[in-house]
Amino acid sequence: MATESPALELRGIDKRFGSVHANRAVSLVVPKGSIHGLIGENGAGKSTLMNIVYGFHQADSGAILVNGKPVEITRPRDSIGAGIGMVHQHFMLVERFTVLENVVLGAEGGPLLAKGLAEARAGLEKLGRDYGLEVPLDVEAGQLPVGMQQRVEILKALHHNAEILILDEPTAVLTPTEADQLFRMLDLLRKQGKTVLLVTHKLREIMAITDRVTVMRQGAVVHETATADSSPQKLAEQMVGRAVSLRVEKGPCKPGDVLLEVKGLEVKDKFGVARVKGATFELRAGEIVGIAGVSGNGQSELLEAISAIRQPSAGSILLGGRDLAGKALGPREARQLGIAHVPEDRLRMGVVSSFSAEDNAILGYHAQPEFNRGGLLDRKAIRSHCEAKMASFDVRPPNPRLRITSFSGGNQQKVVLAREIDCNPSVLLVGQPTRGVDIGAIEFIHKRLVELRDAGKAILVVSVELEEIMGLADRILVMAGGEIVGELAGSEATEEKIGLLMAGVRSDAKG
Amino acid sequence: MDAYREIILLLASTLRVATPLVLAAFAGMFSERSGVIDLGLEGKMLAAAFASAAVAATTGSAWLGLGAGIGAATFLALLIAFACVTYRGNQVVAAMAINIMVAGLAPALALAWYDLGGQTPQLDGPGQRFLGIAWPWSQAAMRHPVPGLAYAELLSGHNLIVYFAAALVPASAWLLYKTRFGLRLRAVGENPLAVDTAGITVNLLRYQTSIISGVLCGVAGTYISTAASAGFVRDMTAGKGYLALAALIFGKWRPYPTMAACLLFAFADAGASRLQGVSLPGIGVVPVQLILALPYILTVFLLAGFVGEATPPKSIGVPYSKEK
Amino acid sequence: MTPAAKLPKWAEFGLLPLLNLCAALLLSGLIVRLIGESPWSALKLLVSGAVGTQDSIGYTCFYATDFVFTGLAVAVANHAGLFNIGGDGQAYIGGLGVGLVCLAIGSWSPWIVVPLAILAGCVFGALWAFIPGWLQAKRGSHIVITTIMANFIASALMTYLLVNVLIKPGQQSPESREFGPGAVMPAVHEVLAHFGIKFAASPFNMASLLALVACVLVWLFIWRTKWGYALRVVGQNPQAAVYAGISPERTILVAMILSGALAGCLGVNELMGSEHRILLDFPGGAGFVGIAVALMGRNNPIGILAASLLFGALYQGGSQLAFDMPHVNRDMVVLIQGFVILFCGALENVFRAPLAALLRPRKAA
Repeated sequence: MATESPALELRGIDKRFGSVHANRAVSLVVPKGSIHGLIGENGAGKSTLMNIVYGFHQADSGAILVNGKPVEITRPRDSIGAGIGMVHQHFMLVERFTVLENVVLGAEGGPLLAKGLAEARAGLEKLGRDYGLEVPLDVEAGQLPVGMQQRVEILKALHHNAEILILDEPTAVLTPTEADQLFRMLDLLRKQGKTVLLVTHKLREIMAITDRVTVMRQGAVVHETATADSSPQKLAEQMVGRAVSLRVEKGPCKPGDVLLEVKGLEVKDKFGVARVKGATFELRAGEIVGIAGVSGNGQSELLEAISAIRQPSAGSILLGGRDLAGKALGPREARQLGIAHVPEDRLRMGVVSSFSAEDNAILGYHAQPEFNRGGLLDRKAIRSHCEAKMASFDVRPPNPRLRITSFSGGNQQKVVLAREIDCNPSVLLVGQPTRGVDIGAIEFIHKRLVELRDAGKAILVVSVELEEIMGLADRILVMAGGEIVGELAGSEATEEKIGLLMAGVRSDAKG
Repeated sequence: MDAYREIILLLASTLRVATPLVLAAFAGMFSERSGVIDLGLEGKMLAAAFASAAVAATTGSAWLGLGAGIGAATFLALLIAFACVTYRGNQVVAAMAINIMVAGLAPALALAWYDLGGQTPQLDGPGQRFLGIAWPWSQAAMRHPVPGLAYAELLSGHNLIVYFAAALVPASAWLLYKTRFGLRLRAVGENPLAVDTAGITVNLLRYQTSIISGVLCGVAGTYISTAASAGFVRDMTAGKGYLALAALIFGKWRPYPTMAACLLFAFADAGASRLQGVSLPGIGVVPVQLILALPYILTVFLLAGFVGEATPPKSIGVPYSKEK
Repeated sequence: MTPAAKLPKWAEFGLLPLLNLCAALLLSGLIVRLIGESPWSALKLLVSGAVGTQDSIGYTCFYATDFVFTGLAVAVANHAGLFNIGGDGQAYIGGLGVGLVCLAIGSWSPWIVVPLAILAGCVFGALWAFIPGWLQAKRGSHIVITTIMANFIASALMTYLLVNVLIKPGQQSPESREFGPGAVMPAVHEVLAHFGIKFAASPFNMASLLALVACVLVWLFIWRTKWGYALRVVGQNPQAAVYAGISPERTILVAMILSGALAGCLGVNELMGSEHRILLDFPGGAGFVGIAVALMGRNNPIGILAASLLFGALYQGGSQLAFDMPHVNRDMVVLIQGFVILFCGALENVFRAPLAALLRPRKAA
């Protein structure tokens, strides 16, 4: 062990993007044949580091060594040539290509395809048998379920002769069961002498599979240890930089009247596939209901149906006894009826990036009389409205004319939240309340949500972060495969119980 | 027999009209399948038409003219690539800029150099034009009406560029579907990020397809000024670049359907001049403008999804950048 | 490396377009040199030809009026995220509307004919833009392609109408008969003469006032109304628009209708102000100049007004230039127009990034 060089070594990697110091002299040693974990919060610099290793970005200074030899990586080709394979969080597949075509892309074995394709087919069938990575080779990649697509990505890396496999947040799209399957696969790879670097922000995964773990915070390595010598609590403290309470401070919940009732709701996507199947639940004044689930299991569609962005294909949404479904109502009408919505993907839907903060603070409310005078927008009213919101939500810097993208993620989210609770809605839908939000703002946002609950609002929170759901929610609904598969009281929920619920229905459905 | 002769001649003229369309449409196919909108076909062709006619007139060699045409069109293709691939400029804007620039530059230079009101001198010397090549025995075959006439007029008697365009179709299909280059090219038009992470340089590929597009537009432009006519006149491409683009869309960015669309559009064009004032049984006189506008109308209908569906390459028009 | 370096306002709207223009002129000068003329005297001729005399100023303003209409048309669509290349076709068909009204009731009082003709131009232009707009909104057809196709279809349609229907009987060239006396946009020099001010005769007419009004209205609409707000949201982030309860489909239709209506006003200037009849190809590529004008004016009505005057001067100066320099003709202006589109639009980033880098340290110091 002492004589063998580590499979991958990073020495003093430093990288700045303008004023942001994304990586600060990061050093990392990954021994051959091991699974190494790299953990840190969103924005800790993990992705930048991996992009440097993969040749997407170049480090300002520092060195990368593979098997003890320095390698220069300026583009992905160099990295692949050095035996590094990467499975990106967002899969890099050509959806209209078959699995086989996807796998050979970049390693076609000569200028003509026929020979390379035949060889690849044989090779893949063998790889499939060796690692339990069987996938249909002649199906279009876009047609495969996400778990399968991930396999294709791993096969692609192996076909390109990767000895070191980097997986970036690989379980974000998997159920706990599928994640366990993936981990078994990784274990097999480790036994064959491959080296795995697992990048994640989930402690469970680190504990479950890694040999050693490195913790990053604010661009720097702050801690490195053998996994066996650590604990989730210790790692979490290292990630955040202080003792964390995973619980949100809140008093007991006093549920009042039912404000929103969802019955047998079905939502289809544009291809006619049902993404939400027969969802039934109620939402009372003064409670926070959390929806737990792996992303892509119908939560987004559920929120979008309740906020009238999507038309449900069946079922009803009763607001104060009035059915909103099938009325061809739009998001504007839903707002007027008292349903506010903080969308899960802020930049995709919640804000217009090129607009100023004040213009974003009226998005969806721009037609309201208080912002219009004599047929024109009332710029003065819009500005003072934004100034007031910024003051009460402690948005920094408090400048309404600044472009929204000049604010940090946490401050952007505060602007959105402030906007949505401004007109005193009775129901508040919140998707991923703290995605891409720094720790300080997370606490602020959680506190605000609890205050709103105590003020008698009905709040529905969707989050893929189980800790957040367990901390915030008074009642937890678990979604899997578009169905609500179980309900737990917030006080009695554990990660295991929720995980079992998520997995249970999934495996049933697959038979 | 006269009707038969009419049809053969109509088909032969269809082939001649289709040639620049096929060349330009396939030029567009290469760049569009790699993800770059190719609205600049018109400008590249016009530049080639001028350059080839000017050089052929000056040197007396059609082949040197062809070289100049290819050079001019390729230069413009590289300029577009520089703006859109390297500097991630708007592809539609860049193409419009090229089209308008050439529409001004070509006649301006022609006026300054030849003083013929924006034209190049007539190409009437030996070797200045690409002329039809009579195949063996075509004169003799004429006497046998049915197969002979078809042989003499339809197969034989075209110039080299027509045969080049005919060969281009299967060659392109082969390149696109049977080679590594084609696989990568198709992939980059669908998901450039996937191609980049597979260790292939996206921009290099797009430069390569730009060059192919430039070369083919160069041949097309040369055909227009030195084969189909004898010299350059102002705006002589007359929208053929856009018509080729329409054919490409109509052919759903695939080689053989695109060729078929080019032939269809060319047939309409060739037919229009023969239908002038002719009353068709049961329809009456069809305005020639309607026939000429037909390709555009058909393309709009296609794009509207009323006749099939045209799904463009997924990443088309989006400059590639690693940071989204 | 940043996607679009942000510049201070004065650089964004002043310095950068100026630099782009200088590059375009420099390159054009090089071409003039190449054909053996002196760029410097060409420039002098151009400027004096454009603004040297009262009537040349009149012509400059006359051309600029066309470009304001088509430039605004491109800009309004652009704000909604649509690239409307069909300005030429919309202006052509809009002009048909203007012309039909003028032919039908041209002998009536101008107080009736003029408003009706403007309205008809707007409606016809809007209709021609509505078709690609509808196809984009409801069927997802790429608006760039459909508007190009619509240009060709408009051209074929107009040729057919002029050759077969509208042609003045007993005449060879495809032109309509002359409009009646009520269908004339008063020329500026006539109006000024009314107030005792002498100004040389030119086609510069009251349609220019309409263009100014259009600038103000478009500015108010885009930046000061909730509809303009909605339009910009759709242009910048269609998903956020859906979330905000703004229908992208309806907004696309509104944008294209406005765009087409603006382009359609070109006929008021060209036909009622100058030609007094419908003739072949009267938009003369003004729809494409609109692209250059909108790009250079940064889709802002004030910028568009400035850029239109510049292009008006180029067109007028260009014809003067062609007159005085035997080896230069108006094609040179088309070339400059292409260069402007190239530098202001396609190669924008080439200038933007270094400029942003240059301005940053100075700001910090």
